[in-house]
Amino acid sequence: MSKINSAIYEIHHLEKLASRDQWVNQIHPLVKLCLTILYIAMVVSYSKYDLIGLAAMGVYLFISFQLAELSFKDALWRLRVVLPIVCAVGIVNPFFDRIPVEIGGLHLNAGVLSMLTLMMKGSFAVLASYILIATTTIESICYALRLLHVPTILVTQILLTYRYITLLLEEVNRITQAYALRAPNQKGVHFKVWGSLTGQLLLRSIDRANDVFESMTLRGYRGEFKYVGEKHRMRRTDLLYFAVWGLLFGLFRRIPVILVLGNLVGGIFA
Amino acid sequence: MHMADALVAPAVAGTMYVCSAAAAGYSVKKVREENDAKKIPIMGVMGAFVFATQMINFTIPGTGSSGHLCGGMLLSALLGPYAGFLTMIGVLLIQCLLFADGGLLAFGCNVWNMAFYGCFIGALLIWKPMMKKGASRAKIILASILGCVLTLQMGAFSVTLETLASGITELPFGVFVSTMQPIHLAIGLVEGLITAAVLVFVYEARPELLFAAEGESSGAGRFSFKKTIAVLAVAAVLIGGGLSLFASSNPDGLEWSMERVAGSTELEAEGGIYEAAASAQEATSLLPDYAFKNSDSALGTTFSGIVGGLVVVLLCTCSCYAFRFFRKKKTA
Repeated sequence: MSKINSAIYEIHHLEKLASRDQWVNQIHPLVKLCLTILYIAMVVSYSKYDLIGLAAMGVYLFISFQLAELSFKDALWRLRVVLPIVCAVGIVNPFFDRIPVEIGGLHLNAGVLSMLTLMMKGSFAVLASYILIATTTIESICYALRLLHVPTILVTQILLTYRYITLLLEEVNRITQAYALRAPNQKGVHFKVWGSLTGQLLLRSIDRANDVFESMTLRGYRGEFKYVGEKHRMRRTDLLYFAVWGLLFGLFRRIPVILVLGNLVGGIFA
Repeated sequence: MHMADALVAPAVAGTMYVCSAAAAGYSVKKVREENDAKKIPIMGVMGAFVFATQMINFTIPGTGSSGHLCGGMLLSALLGPYAGFLTMIGVLLIQCLLFADGGLLAFGCNVWNMAFYGCFIGALLIWKPMMKKGASRAKIILASILGCVLTLQMGAFSVTLETLASGITELPFGVFVSTMQPIHLAIGLVEGLITAAVLVFVYEARPELLFAAEGESSGAGRFSFKKTIAVLAVAAVLIGGGLSLFASSNPDGLEWSMERVAGSTELEAEGGIYEAAASAQEATSLLPDYAFKNSDSALGTTFSGIVGGLVVVLLCTCSCYAFRFFRKKKTA
């Protein structure tokens, strides 16, 4: 599948996941957005050597994946973008940070530990964002942004961009396919047509934008979109959901839950 | 250049959120002042356009690799810096949410590194002043390349600072910077060329779409030949004469390598042919080793700088005249 086709597929797939009738999907978008940001902030705030402490934050991911009935395999595929960058930055740590440390009876270099922690932080953050986008539509996220007083201009523009992405991706796909058929055995677009190929699309997009504006004006658009607030009324369950997870994140951050549980269970069997 | 969440500490992320929010707030105010209801749908479609065209692979001649479009500079050249900045925020947010390209917590950093420099610095400090007296093909190409290279360099430098301030990597600052900057110099150059190609096409097809380029486009915006020569001459005297006073007495890169290998900054050569060539060079050179003969004064260095600069200007002038001569001959 080409890069453009796979992007179109990914957009449709996420839209389908977010529109399902799961329990997590019903939670207020503002709660999910704030919880995701809180979770990521907590995850990255861990010390660079606190691998075991950080592992406890995986509980949120595990439970959320189960509740939302999401495929873990699909989510792991998203790590392909982030992990190489994180690894590129973290890979030098073992060379510069050579202090020996012991973790669970294993003798490691402190640099290796910080690299593993960095990779875990990167993966957890991506998976948490995936839970958000796979259970919340872009429209709902934009609604949450409006509740956070993000200006209408910005929110409307995000919504319109999202709406037209699929359309323009399909158009780019058609153009590049037609070009590839006329220029076989050529990787990419030749520099002689860089301007005309993209420029034609650009001019067509601007004309399309004018048409969009005219049709929006005919339907009563006066520079602002009206949102239907009733659809996303904040329920007690939503607040409880936020409070429970917020407390758990705080607990995981303050207490090394995995070590405490390990000692407890070990003590019982000893 | 999209930063992942794992690469930023919460304090750095928060600071960058505040900086980007301030820039976004100012942009919203400016766009509202324009009071153009048509602008928002255009921003939306243009955001989708940038997103979609970033998927096109543009072949870089002579290499096996490909480049992509520079979104910030293109949007600013079409929509202006403020609307361009807001559009880039939308593009970056969708990239972050749908494709995990950049993190939610690092979103403030990404907006600053990729949208702020491209839209504010690129459009207000590079594009707008250059188009003040009207647009031309040469100006558009120069502004696009300069804009993309400079803003990408600034963005890459910010990534380095943000990552180091977050205490994520053990890599020393110098090593990190020297890895990031050259890579982004090459990327910026290619992105600049692609952006230039698209903007030149727009300029030729629909010039009214370009931001701040409504001045006289034919001839009025161009530098006259005499003006160019005068500017070149002054620059040559200033650079050659003024800056050569500060010329380093330390060896340059190649001399340093030579010193490490051979123990001296110059190769000792012996033999009849070498001696004959050296004496011929000594007899013909006006300023051996960048100074007057038998002199080691700063004045000598300055003088050699001015002479060198003037020789370069002379060569450039001759080349321009030769180019004009052959061009006229071809068109005749």
